[in-house]
Amino acid sequence: MLIPPPPARPSKPLPLELVNVTKRFGTFVANDNISLKVPPGTFHALLGENGAGKSTLVKCVMGFHQADEGNIVIDGHSRDIKSPYDAYQFGIGMVYQHFTLVPAMTVAENLVLSRPDTPGIINWKAEMERLRTFMKTAPFQVDLETPAAQLAAGQKQKVEILKQLYLDSKFLILDEPTSVLTPSEADEVLGLIKEKVNLGDFSVLLITHKFREIFGFCDEITVLRRGKFAGAGRVKDLTADDVAAMMMGGRRETKIVAKAARERGAPALELKGLCANKDNGVPAVADVNLTVHEGEVVGIAGVSGNGQRELVEVLAGQRPATSGEVRVHGEPYRATRKESNDHEVFLLPEEPLRNGCVPQMSVAENLALRSFDRAPMVRAGCLVSRGAIRKNGQELIGRYSIKTRSPETPIGELSGGNVQRAVLARELGSGTAKVLITANPCFGLDFAAVESIHAQITEARNRGVAVLLVSEDLDELLALADRLLVISHGEFVYETTPSNADIRTIGHHMAGH
Amino acid sequence: MNAESIGWWGVVIGILAGAVRGGTPFLLVSLGECLTEKSGKINLGLEGTLLVGAMTAYAVSYKTGNPWIGATAAAGAGAALGSIHAFLVSRPKVNDIAAGIAMLIFGSGLSFFLGKPFIQPSAPQLPGIPLGAWSSTPQIQAALKFSPLFFLGVVVAFAMHWFFRTTRWGMQVRAVGDSPAAARAMGISVGRTRFLSIVGGSALAGLGGAHLSLFYPGAWTEAISSGQGLMAVALVIFARWNPKHCLYASLVFGGAQAVGPSLQAVGISTGYYLWNASPYILTLAVMVLTCSPRRTLIGAPGALGSNA
Repeated sequence: MLIPPPPARPSKPLPLELVNVTKRFGTFVANDNISLKVPPGTFHALLGENGAGKSTLVKCVMGFHQADEGNIVIDGHSRDIKSPYDAYQFGIGMVYQHFTLVPAMTVAENLVLSRPDTPGIINWKAEMERLRTFMKTAPFQVDLETPAAQLAAGQKQKVEILKQLYLDSKFLILDEPTSVLTPSEADEVLGLIKEKVNLGDFSVLLITHKFREIFGFCDEITVLRRGKFAGAGRVKDLTADDVAAMMMGGRRETKIVAKAARERGAPALELKGLCANKDNGVPAVADVNLTVHEGEVVGIAGVSGNGQRELVEVLAGQRPATSGEVRVHGEPYRATRKESNDHEVFLLPEEPLRNGCVPQMSVAENLALRSFDRAPMVRAGCLVSRGAIRKNGQELIGRYSIKTRSPETPIGELSGGNVQRAVLARELGSGTAKVLITANPCFGLDFAAVESIHAQITEARNRGVAVLLVSEDLDELLALADRLLVISHGEFVYETTPSNADIRTIGHHMAGH
Repeated sequence: MNAESIGWWGVVIGILAGAVRGGTPFLLVSLGECLTEKSGKINLGLEGTLLVGAMTAYAVSYKTGNPWIGATAAAGAGAALGSIHAFLVSRPKVNDIAAGIAMLIFGSGLSFFLGKPFIQPSAPQLPGIPLGAWSSTPQIQAALKFSPLFFLGVVVAFAMHWFFRTTRWGMQVRAVGDSPAAARAMGISVGRTRFLSIVGGSALAGLGGAHLSLFYPGAWTEAISSGQGLMAVALVIFARWNPKHCLYASLVFGGAQAVGPSLQAVGISTGYYLWNASPYILTLAVMVLTCSPRRTLIGAPGALGSNA
């Protein structure tokens, strides 16, 4: 059969259909016989828990992977997409979950470099002219001369989307594009894209797990579960419960732990006039004052990059404070090993593999990082008992259902969710925590894992632990926190309680107005 | 006019001329390292490449009688060594520093081994470009005779600056060095870009060697490079990965090298060896002053030395 060549960069979105796509990695089946259909000018959501195979599926469309079986049908013909360049030729472009901007380059350089047809020698005057003309019609504005490294996360995400518009992509694949945006920014960005979709200018395939986005913007959904097709339908025919049931497969094991009513206890963690710098020496945290009491969860909301990371790193002992002090139970606290043991200060950092684990060491050894230098793991004063480490490891692996081949497997080989679970087991397993500091504990985890971690945090709070919860997920903060602070440009700009919280007001403060 | 009459001016002119003469290998090697590091890889083996370049240039110039063929061969030999390093560091889990040190030892060993027969004979030298014709003083005329490779280096410095800013290939090198993941997402081949950057950088370092053996000091000995290839790596940091700054920094390092000999020329030999150590002291001082655990370096390629 003669397959007509693709039109030279389509000016309208082409219909795209996946027919019985199967992708295997070794013996592992990442996608098992998946079909889905995106007619031109529709907003399609692809849902599923972590590891359900959503990313693998769209990477087959983008040409990063080749499907082992099945067809990718574009404009009525089965197509062979071998590289992202082939996808580009069909007008397909993807906005990745992780930013793909070159940090040291300006927005303009990033946009120009992303175009495959950029000439070898760049006439910057003409290119800037062209970019300015493009920006006049763009849905959002970003300064072209700013280096990408200096953009806030929300702006970076906008540049990523602008990049696809600049490339004249007609079929946009968006991989959880709103995870770094405030709710109002997310609504703005998706709303502007939705308008263009309604005009028939684009088709969108949105990977998400946020129900408000599905019911707010999408026309149709396809749900994957463990690599298999788990359901599909038109959004207007579905309820949230239907969608949840498709994603979870009808099971909802974890119970939601209720917050026990309790009196606020004594101050446990106090920050007084705390300041800290970013890596490049620019101030990141400016004169922060905060008290967390026993049995209280204090949530810190904010768009990423507003000093949260630096604040948590100071509390973790990874970054020096430039001024101010931290007190735990009234005593100065500099996050030494002795102090954190004496005061039972525990930490669930973001990116746990980087901030809380030694990737090459085994799961059991990582689970012992807190306690390997104390009895019962130390015998005769200085000898570490490998038996005790293994026993502790096996016990925690069982109790927290960490999926690992053996306790001796290097922890770096575990999936993100299991690394997070291992750190949680290490920090909360002993049950002695008095202060818990946690940053984005559920980032990138699936439903079940999120519920279990939320339950652990609430249980800890009910036991009287003082919890500082730094998160970019407002829903999480509203569910768990007793008090909520908003951080913007390294300062606390707003305080409220979840019962009085108004999402719009919080979003307003997050955006720094 | 006699030698005494220039007096202290001789020291100044000596240092200035020495900055150009002694700075040329720094310039070429640091430009090579700059290109390599912009792509995100480190090549510590450029010291060995410098020696191989010097030996090859001298040997080929001696055999063919044409110093220009010698200099070209030096660039080729540098590129060949660079391709070995590029291949090694493209393998997963190979550390650039370790591979670089291995290449350093390999390069110096290779040049000593193959260079033994060329220590005695004298090879045709590269012609100097005289800029001192305005003066009747022979010392000034001699001092202002510059290596053609210096001018090549100046052109390359400005060309590289332009290359990084206004050509697609230059921007691809920067993208690969700063964020390989982003580069891959743009469809740029990280492996190929790094390979070409390392090979190109090594060819420049080989040319630096040709300057050593075919212009100044103008003979092949095993002690000819005295660590200049390694100092050039420090110099790139000093220059904040900016090719134009590499030029200025090389002149400073070259000048520091010339302080001792210039003072000796006017009869001051106190602290001669101490003065000769000034480039090394400068290297240490640069490292101490510019590096701080409290902040990252501005201009450093984001993925430098990582295996991403």
